[in-house]
Amino acid sequence: MTLAEAILLTITTAATPLLLAAIGELVVERSGVLNLGVEGMIVMGAVVAFAAAQLTGSAYLGALFGMAAGCLFSLLFAFLTLTLVANQVATGLALTILGLGLSGMIGESFVGQRGVQLEEIAIPVLSSIPLIGNLLFNQDLIFYISIFSVFGVSWFLFKTRLGLQLRAIGDSHGSAHALGISVIKTRYLAVMFGGACAGLAGAQLSLVYTPQWVENMSAGRGWIALALVVFASWRPLRVLAGAYLFGAVTIGQLHAQALGFGIPSQFLSALPYLATIVVLVIISRNRRLTLMNTPASLGQSFVPDR
Amino acid sequence: MKKLILALSTAAILSVASGAAQAATKVCFLYVGSKTDGGWTQAHDIGRQELENHFGDKVETVFLENVPEGPDAERAIERFARSGCELIFTTSFGFMEPTLKVAKKFPDVKFEHATGYKTEENVTSYNSRFYEGRYIQGKIAGMMSEAGVAGYIGSFPIPEVVQGINSFLLGAQSVNPDFAIKVVWVNSWFDAGKEADAAKALIDQGVDIITQHTDSTGPMQVASERGIKAFGQASDMIEAGPKTQLTAIVDTWGAYYIKRTQALMDGTWTTQSTWDGIVDGILQMAPYTNMPDDVKQAAMDTEAKIVSGELKPFTGPITKQDGTEWLKAGEVADDGTLLGLNFYIKGVDDQLPQ
Repeated sequence: MTLAEAILLTITTAATPLLLAAIGELVVERSGVLNLGVEGMIVMGAVVAFAAAQLTGSAYLGALFGMAAGCLFSLLFAFLTLTLVANQVATGLALTILGLGLSGMIGESFVGQRGVQLEEIAIPVLSSIPLIGNLLFNQDLIFYISIFSVFGVSWFLFKTRLGLQLRAIGDSHGSAHALGISVIKTRYLAVMFGGACAGLAGAQLSLVYTPQWVENMSAGRGWIALALVVFASWRPLRVLAGAYLFGAVTIGQLHAQALGFGIPSQFLSALPYLATIVVLVIISRNRRLTLMNTPASLGQSFVPDR
Repeated sequence: MKKLILALSTAAILSVASGAAQAATKVCFLYVGSKTDGGWTQAHDIGRQELENHFGDKVETVFLENVPEGPDAERAIERFARSGCELIFTTSFGFMEPTLKVAKKFPDVKFEHATGYKTEENVTSYNSRFYEGRYIQGKIAGMMSEAGVAGYIGSFPIPEVVQGINSFLLGAQSVNPDFAIKVVWVNSWFDAGKEADAAKALIDQGVDIITQHTDSTGPMQVASERGIKAFGQASDMIEAGPKTQLTAIVDTWGAYYIKRTQALMDGTWTTQSTWDGIVDGILQMAPYTNMPDDVKQAAMDTEAKIVSGELKPFTGPITKQDGTEWLKAGEVADDGTLLGLNFYIKGVDDQLPQ
């Protein structure tokens, strides 16, 4: 394995959880709901996936349980904000704090255990292509799902009727409601999809990235995922690009340090975030384009008036 | 009459209850992390449990975990002081200023701050010579590494971490004078994913031994996947790498906590600045595993020499990274210099962030 290949492989591992969580949140925000609880859902997914994998001995069952945990946790958010019409920002933040605490409690007896790792699946023929074969076609299942989800979500949002309805709700829930589209039901489903994606991102952390459970192991990735959605101006393919750019800068700075470049490590550590800000500034310069892409009813509660 | 008896007996019960509470010395602990973090805070909590087991009913311990460094810490310490804590251990570097502030308001309460450098009439500072363990690890690395390069995952460029890097390298160079270290800073004490990424980056660049001054078992796991050796940090991490861990520095605060509580009970507690080493039992080496017998023997000999005081890791001749002389032959670095150490010695392939 060459150094370049090794670096690229590490980048895909670092980018996958960001990509999954961001793509889930993108669908949620496209439906007009702002769920700031991504971090909490990731960490819940991570702990439940790890626990399930330890108890059943199967990493696949672990991943499934992790997804289910994220989904269930997001249902709590959905119930509070959609049915009880609680403030989305406050509820999302509460979800994150609750998730970090609750996961620590659930995971207490699993600290320090050696985890089950999700194995790689080599796709026949394709995986033997030189250079990219090992990188793209000899990976774990969650990686394949993350890439597939980008194209799947892109197709769903822009090529299907349901996707159109979801975007309509996100842009103007009042009008969508008047057209007879079920706003609350669609939003419930979107939030649950986001939860499942975040849960799977968590499962990737505790089953692939570092197969173990440690408290707060999401380490802020949920917040980065939220930033990526804005960074990508709510477009799935740009989320893909953003997640990999972020992963590349994160890993690249570690290599730069190991090579002994004389750049302060604090600056290098801040580089991924700096890159995000720069891109955000560039994107926001075109105000019309930003407005066109931003879901207009993002973060607003919906109460049917008739 | 009945009422009076009732009142009297209630008073009696109350006084008995408060009498019992007074008999037990209340010792309180402030933690920066969670007590099950598998590293730093867990080591302190084990110390607290040892204290309880040692004194039984004679002490009452209380702890607060996950307290961020900053204004929250001050509130937490003040609450401890108000709630009748007689001895308060604050177990993170960043708790130093809040501890001093509260200590001023409560002159009768005794405070002990870990890894800091300021003391007061009622504030003691205590620390552990982690670098002694790092020297032994370096010795092992020097004998085990074929590449002659070790990877070092650092948290923050503070003196304590720089001591560790230099001491590790000195140990390794005592075996192989050309030994070098590659350093990667992750700017975090605890981020399993990032630490693992740093380990991968270092291994991809050719190091064949990993050591860390961060608290998660992420690097140990990566090393075990890639089939190279590594050292554990703060707690024994053998479970994360049964075939990987060579040894680990294990923080054992229990003996110190027992000693100081005893001093308080005896009325002999005075302010001091403690910097204990392996000889005092404040840190221990985890069993030497996954290495040939001759390396194991050398490691044990080195440990014995450090314990007996025959070997001091920072003994000259030592050259700084920039080539200038730091210590002349036979000269031993004083504690003041070590506590403020802000430069590398020769052989570190990194530039120290200033």
